[in-house]
Amino acid sequence: MHYGFHGGIHPSVHKTLASDRPAKKALIPKKVIIPVLQHTGSPAEPVVAPGTIVRVGDVIARPTGYVSASIHASISGKVMRTIHSPTRIQPRALSIVIEREEGLNQEWESRPPRDVNAMSPEELVAVIKEAGIVGMGGAVFPTHVKLSPPKNKPIDAVILNGVECEPYLACDARLMIEKTNQILKGLDIILKIVGAKEGYIAIEDNKQPAIYVMEKALRARAERTPPKIAKLQPKIKVVALRTKYPQGAEKQVIKAILNREVPSGGLPMDVGCIVQNVATAFAIYEAVNFSKPLIERIVTLTGECMREPINVWVRIGTMLPDLIEYVGGFIKEPAKVVVGGPMMGVAQYTMNIPVTKGFSGALFMPKESVNIEQESVCIRCGRCVEACPMRLVPTVLMYRVKKDNFAEAKELGITNCYECGACAYACPAKIPLLDYMKYGKSKVISF
Amino acid sequence: MAESLTVSIGPHIKDSLTTKKIMWAVTISLLPAGMAGVFIFGLNALLVTVAAVAAALATEFVILSARKKDTSAVWDGSAVLTGLLLAYNLPPQVPLWMPIAGSIFAIAFGKQVFGGLGHNIFNPALAGRAFLMISWPVYMTTWQKPRWAPDTVTGATPLACYKNLEGVLAKCPSNWDLFIGNRGGCIGEVCVAALIIGAAYLLIRRYITWHIPLTYIGVVAFMSWAFNGTSGLFSGDALFFVLGGGLILGAFFMATDYVTSPLSARGKVIFGIGCGVLTFLIRKFAGYPEGVSYSILMMNAATPLIDRYALPKWFGYVSSQRPLKTREKRKKEGAA
Repeated sequence: MHYGFHGGIHPSVHKTLASDRPAKKALIPKKVIIPVLQHTGSPAEPVVAPGTIVRVGDVIARPTGYVSASIHASISGKVMRTIHSPTRIQPRALSIVIEREEGLNQEWESRPPRDVNAMSPEELVAVIKEAGIVGMGGAVFPTHVKLSPPKNKPIDAVILNGVECEPYLACDARLMIEKTNQILKGLDIILKIVGAKEGYIAIEDNKQPAIYVMEKALRARAERTPPKIAKLQPKIKVVALRTKYPQGAEKQVIKAILNREVPSGGLPMDVGCIVQNVATAFAIYEAVNFSKPLIERIVTLTGECMREPINVWVRIGTMLPDLIEYVGGFIKEPAKVVVGGPMMGVAQYTMNIPVTKGFSGALFMPKESVNIEQESVCIRCGRCVEACPMRLVPTVLMYRVKKDNFAEAKELGITNCYECGACAYACPAKIPLLDYMKYGKSKVISF
Repeated sequence: MAESLTVSIGPHIKDSLTTKKIMWAVTISLLPAGMAGVFIFGLNALLVTVAAVAAALATEFVILSARKKDTSAVWDGSAVLTGLLLAYNLPPQVPLWMPIAGSIFAIAFGKQVFGGLGHNIFNPALAGRAFLMISWPVYMTTWQKPRWAPDTVTGATPLACYKNLEGVLAKCPSNWDLFIGNRGGCIGEVCVAALIIGAAYLLIRRYITWHIPLTYIGVVAFMSWAFNGTSGLFSGDALFFVLGGGLILGAFFMATDYVTSPLSARGKVIFGIGCGVLTFLIRKFAGYPEGVSYSILMMNAATPLIDRYALPKWFGYVSSQRPLKTREKRKKEGAA
């Protein structure tokens, strides 16, 4: 039972193959290139000199402000130098190059587990900060900041986002199947930190296996817990949401589960809730229990160019070409490489980019799947209006932006657009509506 | 590796639906009604339809060439649709120069003077019909009966029959005749059964939404039932007035024209209600027995205004105006 939201589209999902097979174990590449800015906020500052030998999990860059995150070595080896290298969103990002040193242990040496129950929320947040955890759904906002809402904004609900509404991507779906209990424990930790009484795990109803294992794990927990203790614990529920893009957008998932609308310009904490990606919850679990920093993540490699769509664990900083070779190479030359899903992902101009913390997947499209359509005139069919999850009117905004009428575009709420691209997907005239939205927003904000 | 990757702003996948597909789908959905019209009225109905479509295509081609535009846009289906709709709004026995004149006007002055597809204010086919109605009213109001009727030369449309006989419905065609098309009228409007097949196709494939047709037909039905009876309020035969004129054709295929109707669902509801009220008023009080085409044209003119005031409020707009509440607070308020 859930409330739903206005708008949305139904692209075909292309997920089954990748989520049905176990995720492949991580490759230990010869070389990693680790950018110091993999999060929203200020870049971390390198703290290792060239020539230093680092081990898996060593801090190689320290945060420079509150909204910043630590960066850790993902392989054991020698720090070579710092370079400027392209990433999925930056053309020149300061990065640390580490080359693998033979003879060193390349696995994370687990520390003795902590007693989580004995830790205070502040201690937990400190551990999460130390581990360099950021939101792994793609927005990469430092998690310790998100978990420290101001005192006047009480949080009563935490939503774990396993919706994964982007077509093609299946890493969250796989993670939920493989790390079910760890994710639930991660949710326990988040609930404890913010003191919320309700936890929800949001999953789109096309991921029945994930829903099944999550519900099973919850039932097993309920059987283990004596009713007296269960009463005191936060209530956790799995919510199967309708398959619809962008169901996984923060505002839409809150609306669908809690029927609360995050106010325009506000944050989820303004309506008393926090949304975390399931991959983030898993990282939190590992950090809190075993002090394991964020050095690897699960990534979907998919698209018609791949021999087989696959989920794979990847050490942060692994270069994309190395990864492709590791999973078996291409069957077709890709003409477009999109990092993220096909809706909101970023098309890359080069494949020589490292996997970073917010790198949820890569989509390799052959020439014939690349859309190059002639834009025609708007026939006012209203499909963009129907599709917009923020109830904006993209075609009207498009005309305002075309005419440089940014004042009116602002009055019509253009800043509420979070660039999901549903309007441009739905447009039968193939108008690049999202391009107009982005341009208009940049102009409105720079006023 | 030599890289030549395509870079663009997302989304990197798009719906396969195109403007052209929509236009042709609407055209196809209109075919059953046309075939029924030809079956009922004979060959001339077919000739009128072909002439209207051909003239629309030719006019579109000439003007696009003159404007130095891409002439392949002739085949985007919109000109065919305009020609077809215009023909469906003509009596079946008009001389062949009439659909040609109407199509030329519809394309040239209904559509291209405003800048072509997407920019016109009025439904081009209805603009063409209004032009013909004003210029040659006699041709436009002389009706042929179905081929098999004993007196095959001329007859009245059901609504005119009702109006002339001052409300004695008994002498007019039965609702069943109206439904299957055994009556006089325009080529495309007579066979309601065929129109409903096409309309169902459009609704199921989501080419049109229910908002305009439902409110439009609903308002006409309600007002006819309430105010058009012979024995006081709420005694009218709603079904007769829904089936008797061009309402089904107008509500499903012309009022729903994307370009000339409002964008938002709320706007569409206002538009449909406006069309319904105007249609009823024209039918009841004006000199014409039928008012569908004029009421749609009038509401076309109101569309920019409706669009301006009936836009949806964006997500989070209302809640930013009121103090924020947590669930506990809401629950407490609910209990109090």
